[in-house]
Formats: sequence, C-alpha cells, structure tokens
Amino acid sequence: MAGQPIRKPTRLEPWQDAGQTPYVRIEKVTKTFGDFVAVDEVSLSIYRNEFFALLGGSGSGKTTLLRMLAGFEQPTEGKIYIDGVDMAGIPPYERPVNMMFQSYALFPHMTVEQNVAFGLKQDGVAKAEIRDRVAEMLAMVQLSAFGKRRPHQLSGGQRQRVALARSLVKRPKLLLLDEPLGALDKKLRERTQFELVNIQEKLGVTFIVVTHDQEEAMTMSSRIAVMNHGVIAQVGTPTEIYEYPHNRFVAEFIGSINMFDGRVVSTEGDQVLVASEEAGCELLIAHATPAPAGSPVSVAIRPEKIALSKEPLAGGDGRNQTTGIVREIAYLGDVSIYLVQLPTGKTVRVTAPNVTRRTEMPITWEDEVTLTWRPFAGVVLTQ
Amino acid sequence: MKRFGFLSWALLFGYAFLYVPIALLIVFSFNESRLVTVWSGFSTKWYAELLHNDALLDAAFLSFQVAAVSATLSVLLGTCAGLALTRFGRFRGRTLFGGMITAPLVMPEVITGLSLLLLFVAMEQWLGWPDGRGVTTITIAHTTFTMSYVAVVIQSRLAGMDGSLEEAAMDLGARPAKVFFVITLPLIAPALVAGWLLAFTLSLDDVVVASFVSGPGSTTLPMVIFSSVKFGISPQINALATLMVLVVATGIFVASIVMARQERQRKRDEQMAIQNG
Amino acid sequence: MRAVLSVLVSGLSRIGLWGRGVVVAIPYLWLLLFFMVPFLIVFGISFSESIIAQPPYSSLVEWLTDEDAGTSKLQILLNISNYFRLGGDDLYILAYLNSLRIAAVTTLMCLAIGYPMAYAIAKADPARRGPLMMLVILPFWTSFLIRIYAWIGILKGNGVISNLLEWVGITSGPVEILYSDWAVYIGMTYCYLPFMVLPLYSTLEKMDPSLLEAAADLGSRPFKSFLSITLPLSLPGIIAGSLLVFIPAVGEFVTPELLGGPDTLMIGRVLWNEFFANRDWPVASAVAIALLLVLVIPIMIFQHVQGKQAEAGR
Repeated sequence: MAGQPIRKPTRLEPWQDAGQTPYVRIEKVTKTFGDFVAVDEVSLSIYRNEFFALLGGSGSGKTTLLRMLAGFEQPTEGKIYIDGVDMAGIPPYERPVNMMFQSYALFPHMTVEQNVAFGLKQDGVAKAEIRDRVAEMLAMVQLSAFGKRRPHQLSGGQRQRVALARSLVKRPKLLLLDEPLGALDKKLRERTQFELVNIQEKLGVTFIVVTHDQEEAMTMSSRIAVMNHGVIAQVGTPTEIYEYPHNRFVAEFIGSINMFDGRVVSTEGDQVLVASEEAGCELLIAHATPAPAGSPVSVAIRPEKIALSKEPLAGGDGRNQTTGIVREIAYLGDVSIYLVQLPTGKTVRVTAPNVTRRTEMPITWEDEVTLTWRPFAGVVLTQ
Repeated sequence: MKRFGFLSWALLFGYAFLYVPIALLIVFSFNESRLVTVWSGFSTKWYAELLHNDALLDAAFLSFQVAAVSATLSVLLGTCAGLALTRFGRFRGRTLFGGMITAPLVMPEVITGLSLLLLFVAMEQWLGWPDGRGVTTITIAHTTFTMSYVAVVIQSRLAGMDGSLEEAAMDLGARPAKVFFVITLPLIAPALVAGWLLAFTLSLDDVVVASFVSGPGSTTLPMVIFSSVKFGISPQINALATLMVLVVATGIFVASIVMARQERQRKRDEQMAIQNG
Repeated sequence: MRAVLSVLVSGLSRIGLWGRGVVVAIPYLWLLLFFMVPFLIVFGISFSESIIAQPPYSSLVEWLTDEDAGTSKLQILLNISNYFRLGGDDLYILAYLNSLRIAAVTTLMCLAIGYPMAYAIAKADPARRGPLMMLVILPFWTSFLIRIYAWIGILKGNGVISNLLEWVGITSGPVEILYSDWAVYIGMTYCYLPFMVLPLYSTLEKMDPSLLEAAADLGSRPFKSFLSITLPLSLPGIIAGSLLVFIPAVGEFVTPELLGGPDTLMIGRVLWNEFFANRDWPVASAVAIALLLVLVIPIMIFQHVQGKQAEAGR
C-alpha cells in the first residue's frame, strides 16, 4: 500500500474533543427514490479541517449523501447543518459549499481562466480581483501557462487540476470531491493524493471525499466512514477501521481478512477465549469486547499478523496456533501471499515480507507449516 | 470489408432509388421540348420562364416569409418544451405534455389541417380574431406542428450533454436562468440551428395543412406546385426543382466541410494535449 | 446591445425556480390552444349538421326562449347520422381498410429497402458513416412534392420506365404504371424511407460488435447470427421506424392524390373531398375522428416507445 504522507506530528483529533462543534452535522438523513432507499437514517459529524472520506462500493449511498450536502438532492427525512445553518430547501448556488465533479464538468466553451473565474463572476467580484485570484489558483495547481487553453486541449491530469482550482478559488469552507482520482492512471494518482492532502492542509479547507478505492481513503483521510447499502458500517481513523473493525462488513471490505467462526468459551476482563472448529484450535484474543460464553462469534485476523514457520512451535498451550499445508504462493516482489489449507478444509491467507530472496525461500508448495499469531492480533466480531 | 457483397448492393440500390428520380428531374429541366420523357435538345428556356412566373414567385416569397417566422417561433417553443421534458423531472401534467409534443410527429396532415381550420373559424366567430385566414393562420399552423420536431432535436442534444456541467455552474453560484443562458444555450446552439433548418424545411414543404388554413391571397409555393402538378407535367417545375436541389446540396456540402474542419482541429488539439500533458 | 442582454438575463435570473413554471407554461398553453382545443372542436362538429351558411355547420347548442310560455331552455342537438353514414356506406369502410392496407405495404417495403441500408451504413467505416447517412437524409431536405412529381414522369405511359421497357423489348407498347396502387406504393416508400432508415440506423449503430464476434467464436454462421442476435436487438428501431411510417401513411393525401387512380381509395382523400368538394364539414370531422380512433392505439404505442427511448438516454 502507498505510504502515508508526512503529517505534522501533533495531530488534532477534534472528534475526540467534546468541546468542538462539528462543522457539518448530518442528522438521521434518509433519501428514498420511490421504493429504493439510497440513504438510511445516516448521522455523521464532520469537523473543521478534516479530510473526511465516504468509502463504499456502488449502491452504498455515498454519492447520494454527497449530493445532498451539495444541494442537488433534498433529504426525504432528516436534517443537514453546515456551520450551524439548516440547509433544508437551500439551493446549491446559495450554499457555502463547492464541489469537484467526477467528470470534472469543465465548461467546454470557456478557457481555463474563464472556467476558474466563473464562480467569482457569479459573486460579482471586481475584475481586477478576479484576475489576481485566478492567477494565484493556477499557480497553486501549476497550470499558469495554460490559462488560455480550452478543456479539450488539456490532458486528463491537467483537467483535474483545473477542476480543483475552479472549486477552490471561492475559498469555500467545505469542499466536496466525487471520486477525484478515479480517472487518473496509477502514477498520477499517487502524486495527486499527496498534492490534495497538502493543498487541504495549506488552505485549511474541510474536504469530504467520496471514493470506492480503499487505498485512496486510507492514504489521504483523517477519518473514514464506511458505507454499505445506505447505512454507515463504521466511522473512524484509518487505523481504527483497519485494526479494529466493528463488524464483518468493514473487516472484509478493507484489505484482506481471515475469519474464523467459533463460540466463546470464557471471558476474563478484556481477554476472550474462543473455540473454533474451523481453525482447529482455541483463539485467545486480548483487548476484545467481552461477549457472553457460548455466543457465536467470528474472530478476524489480518494476513500480515500471522506468522508462518516450518518448525512446529515448542511449548505453548495450543492456543493461537494451528497447522496446515501451503497450497498457493503468490510472489509480489516485496511480499508473498501464502494460501494455507488447514486440515478442516479452511483456507488461511498469510502475508509475509520476502526477507530472503525468492530462490532461497525456505517455504514452498505442499510444505507443512505452523501458523501462529499474537493475542492482540485478532478482533472478536459479533455482527 | 472489401467484398462487394449483398449489403453493398443493397446500399447502392437504395441510393439509386433515392437519387435517380432527382437526377431525371434535373436532366429534363434542360430539355428543349415540353415532354419530360424524351430528350430533344439542351435549353435553359424553362428557367427563364420560371423567373417570369409572377404567381410562382409571389407564392415563393410568401412561403419563405411564413417558413422563417414559423421556424423562429418553433425554435423558441420547441426549446422550452425540450428543456422541460429533459431537465425538469416529473412535473404535474408531464404525461399530457409529452403526449401533445410527440403526437404531431405522426399525426396525419389532413387531421392537423382540418382541426386547425375549424379552430380558426370558431375563434373568428367567438373572438373576432383571426380575421380571415392568411399568413397569420398558416404561420400559427406551421409553428404548431414543427415545434414537435424541434423539441425532439433539442431533447436528444440535451440528453447527450453532460448534466454535471449545469450542476457545476449552480454549485459555483449561478442561478438556474443564468445557467441556461451562459452554459446550456451555447452548448446546444448547433441543435438550435439544426432545429431551425428542420422547421424551415418542413414549413416550406407543407401543402396539406396550408391548403386547409390559407385564405384568398395567401397561396403558398407548395400549393401552387400542387395545383400545377395535378394538371400534368410542367418543365418549369423541373427547373424549380433543380434550383432547390442545388441550394440544398450546396448548403449541406458547405456545412459538412465546416464540420469536418472543426473535427480535424479538435483532433489536433487533443493530440497536442496528450503530448504536453 | 450587451448591456441590454445582461440586464435581461439578470432580470430573468431573479425569477429563480419560478422560471421553470414559465418555461413549461409557454409551450404547454400553445399546445393546449392549438392542438388540444382543435380536436375537441372537430369532435363537436362531427355531431352537427351541414347547412348552407358561413360557417357551413349547424350549432350544437341553442338557447330556446319561448316568450309566451315563459320558458328558457338550453337545447343540445347531437347529430349522430354522420357516424352512421361512415358505418353504413361501403365507401368509407373500404377507404379505411384500403388505407390500412396501403400503409402496411408501404411500411414493409420501407423495411425491406431501409433495413439493409441502415445495416450497411452501421457496419461501415466510422469515418464514412456520417457522409453515408447524410446522403440518405439529403433528399428529405428537398421538397417532397417535387420528388413525387418526379415519379409522375417516370411512371406514366410514355414515361421513363415505359420507354425503357419498350426500348429493351420487354413490352410492345406504352406501360402505364401511374394511377395505380403500385405507383402509390412506390411513391410513398420513396417519401417515407428516411423515416425508417434513421431510427433503424440509430439502433443498429449502438449495437456492440463484439456480440457478433462472440457468436461467431461459438460457432454460429453469419446469417444465423444475424437472425438470432442482430434482428432481435434491432427490434426497438424496427418498431420505431415502422410506426413513424405507418401512422402518417394511413392518413396520407398528396401521394395517392397525385400518383393514384380514381379507385385508389384512401381515407385522406376521402376527408379532403368531403371538405373541399362536398363542403360537408361535419362529415369530414366525423371521418377525422374515426381515423383518429383507428390510429389511437398505434399512436399510444409510439409515444410509449418514445418515452422509453428518452428514459434510456437520460
């Protein structure tokens, strides 16, 4: 996965601070189109200066929610407050919000400068000031030389930057971005991810981004809301979402996961002991939310948290370890993905960095291996 | 597919079917004799006669007037209709409105003509206007049925346009009317021109509706052609036909050259962008 | 000029969302007045009687005041004899059936000629498609009246075809194709052909060529692929084109009048004659209403298809 951009060491986490009022408040918003429920009683608080991501697959309702924030759709039920003001019935041209469209929506019959100046013209800003601000924006996105060109004379990446400049020139407090990196190729995408984060921090604008790309969300955002069929599955920082998923959906949606079904044997403080037939062993999970004995749960363990070894583990109480046979190895250069089949038939996915070179790999197909993991590697899920 | 197979022959036959009659018209407009079927020598006398045919020229002038006015009105109304049907979502009475817009596309002309005439007669009885039938009534009638064609053209152009352009403009602070005039209108301009030309042609070509709703002194060109054709062949008509075909062909030729040039320029711009990007 | 325009625009801009109402209202009112109301009037007059007066139909509604009896009555007289005439007289029924027949044959001929053309253009080199389509549309921009006139010269006795057949030796005397049903078929097909080709081409062009490639890969011969894949998928275009030809063709007047014989009965001519020759407005109205009833189902199908196309395009 792409590395995280360098952030300032002391990170503000306004959502933790009880004294902070959210800049955007979405309260029990529902949107129905006839019989179809696109957004189902969603509530969300987004704070100033956040880089917030709405992450989900198609049909998850994320785009509908964004459009309601922009004013292109009205909620069927519920309220939306931006900066404390109720947005009910307020049309898009009267909201303190700007949007960057997935298709960029650049006006084809206007030059780059005219596109960027458009929003300022609507506000009746003086000509001289328009000129200055447009020049400032174009410089920021490194397109100063392209001012007189028309959209069809620009490449995809350049068009995206014009769209960005156009949406930021009015210095909105809130910027909505609909799949901003979708149309870019991989290299450009990585570069633009960094640029977006830097611009956001420099200008102090709150960004709300809609994306289906988890890597994008994890890289750029301060917090992510994972959406599924119109409801929010979980809201949290990238770390929280990845390491502590609240339910199966989030666990399976982000990255890869191994799920072991079992029953709770006992609970001691925040340590939960689960017996799993699938895993062929007992799993002891630390820092887990307690669950009553006997209840059916799933234990979710990330592939990189499982250790692979050809030698059986000496000692141990048989917990958090099991054996299996290596069926598939996918060599990715920096890591290898092993698919290990347990005697119970279950396939476990393990990722291990290639510390040694490929030709000197100790583990190969059909090897019998021992899988082990630490107690705090797993998460107990009841949903 | 270089093979000259069945499809190519079918295409050729189709084009021959369409164009041979027109070609014959043109050829025999230069025929010396009155017979339109036997060639007896080259002559341009029919063109000379045509230019002195006052009745025909008056009718032509009237037709052009009516066509120009009705085409303009038609574009105004048709654009409103096309806009409403494409962009306004569901509004009360939309089904009826949609029905009234698409019905004239297939309505037999005799019904349209009869119904409009009866309307004008009734209106004259009750309201005193329109005072007799003439240019006004023909113009109103033509506007009414060409408006549907314009609406269809506008609708298809609007549907093919990226809707997010208008949303982006609104998002940047422009009110709906401003969005229409500054963003939508420039982008659908070609469709407006096409619609105008279509309405103009339809109006210029109509004989049935005009026959119903015209009055004394307001004979249109198609009506003159129709009555003279009913009595048999007249080489003047051939001459007129040739002139019309010439004008149309020139117009289309010029238009396609202009469009091809624009297309080439656009491709060049895109290439340049890809190289520089 | 600019200043005037910008004042106009900013003035209109203030209307905001209310502007929508105005935009819809203008064409709506126009159509209600000049499309809807006329039909109601035609319907009304079909119940009146033909009289010698200006206008030549009787009023349906009359106030009858009897001064002596002291009564005031509203009399509504509906004359249904016009409709009885339609049902009773063979002429009208024959004309309706004939019109349907001729329109159907025309539609089939347009399909037979138009489908291969549309298909050929859709399969052609993308660069060529535009000009090819343009060549199909071009005749439409010239006067259709003149083009029908062209066929008179071609189809009459001692016309082009007649002379050609004589010259080649197939016939020994002048052949009169003009003033017959066949002349009408040819003329109407000629005029309506672009209306069939356009929707067909539009549908065929949108078809995914890889569907045919997949079929070929799975062992289907070209003609079989055409029957089982292309034809069914082009059905919407076939329906749209057929309706665009059939419906107006039923009520067609000019072509049968110029190219048809005295026994080429079509309902358009009947209506025209009732109105202009017989000056019988009520009967003409009844003929129109009956024609509308005959066409109402195809028209509704057409509007349904149009609506679906509009939805798909959105």
